[in-house]
Amino acid sequence: MSEPLALGGREFRSRLFVGTGKYRDPAEMVAAIEASGAEVVTVAVRRVDLNRANREGILHYLDPDRFFLLANTAGCYTADEAIRYARLAREAGFNPFIKLEVIGDRDTLLPDVAGLQVAARTLVQEGFQVLAYTNDDLVTALRLEDAGCAAVMPLASPIGSGLGLLNPYSIRTIKRRLSVPIIVDAGVGTASDACVTMEQGVDGILMNTALAEAQDPVLMATAMRLAVEAGRAAFLAGRMARREVAVPSSPALGMLAS
Amino acid sequence: MTPALNLLVNGEPRTVPAPATLADLLRHLRLDARAVVVELNRIIVRRPELGRTRLSDGDQVELVHFVGGG
Repeated sequence: MSEPLALGGREFRSRLFVGTGKYRDPAEMVAAIEASGAEVVTVAVRRVDLNRANREGILHYLDPDRFFLLANTAGCYTADEAIRYARLAREAGFNPFIKLEVIGDRDTLLPDVAGLQVAARTLVQEGFQVLAYTNDDLVTALRLEDAGCAAVMPLASPIGSGLGLLNPYSIRTIKRRLSVPIIVDAGVGTASDACVTMEQGVDGILMNTALAEAQDPVLMATAMRLAVEAGRAAFLAGRMARREVAVPSSPALGMLAS
Repeated sequence: MTPALNLLVNGEPRTVPAPATLADLLRHLRLDARAVVVELNRIIVRRPELGRTRLSDGDQVELVHFVGGG
């Protein structure tokens, strides 16, 4: 239960990774992240807004000594664009990890799996630890592992949808066939989604909207922390076999005479 | 009249007195060099180089940092 998650040469105690987007205010974000117990926290790379008096980036609120900053390439639609953002992120000087996204469709935010593989190969060659956000397709996941990705991050359902784990079979298959850590990224809506996802045997979950858009993000973060731990423990414990008939839990013998 | 450099900074036209380095531009914009990553004409300029990198008229500069994201 307490075995750490080894990823890209690092070890993490928490299997819950959280995003920092879409919170109502920074104080609520920090409180939710603390309640989640997450060590890995994702951030995006964007232009400094020169026309605003308050130009504080996220690091004004998040202590980079306390959290492991995982920069993403969210919003990138080509391999070249994602590579450019990854290089900028690394230059910030925290770590060589990148959550690689190459988006292929504006409506569903599903990945461009061809562009993703090109970007992954280039970034691995440049020494990045690449965590590749992808769909729940086994063959793409295998190609990303071949490209040298440190982790593969298949979606549970589309980004920000909160639809939960749509295809447990695909996620189990990816986990069974790949050796690198599998971190399910996107789509988890509530604690039961997180628990069911972890019960598939994956190594962790990354979520953002499920916390940021909860009525009470701090309480939901607590629920998610417990759900990820519960799902991991249930997976390791090994569930009972499913039966189509009832089997009594109390002895059939020793009943009173009728 | 002081000669000026016309730059495109984060997609917006900006004018700074010439001569100027990237470090001068950051000071002009009141930005802390430790809190931003700088691209000059699509090439990353590392922090130790900012004070040595002279700007030219027409340069395109991108100043980025980390924001909230998933």
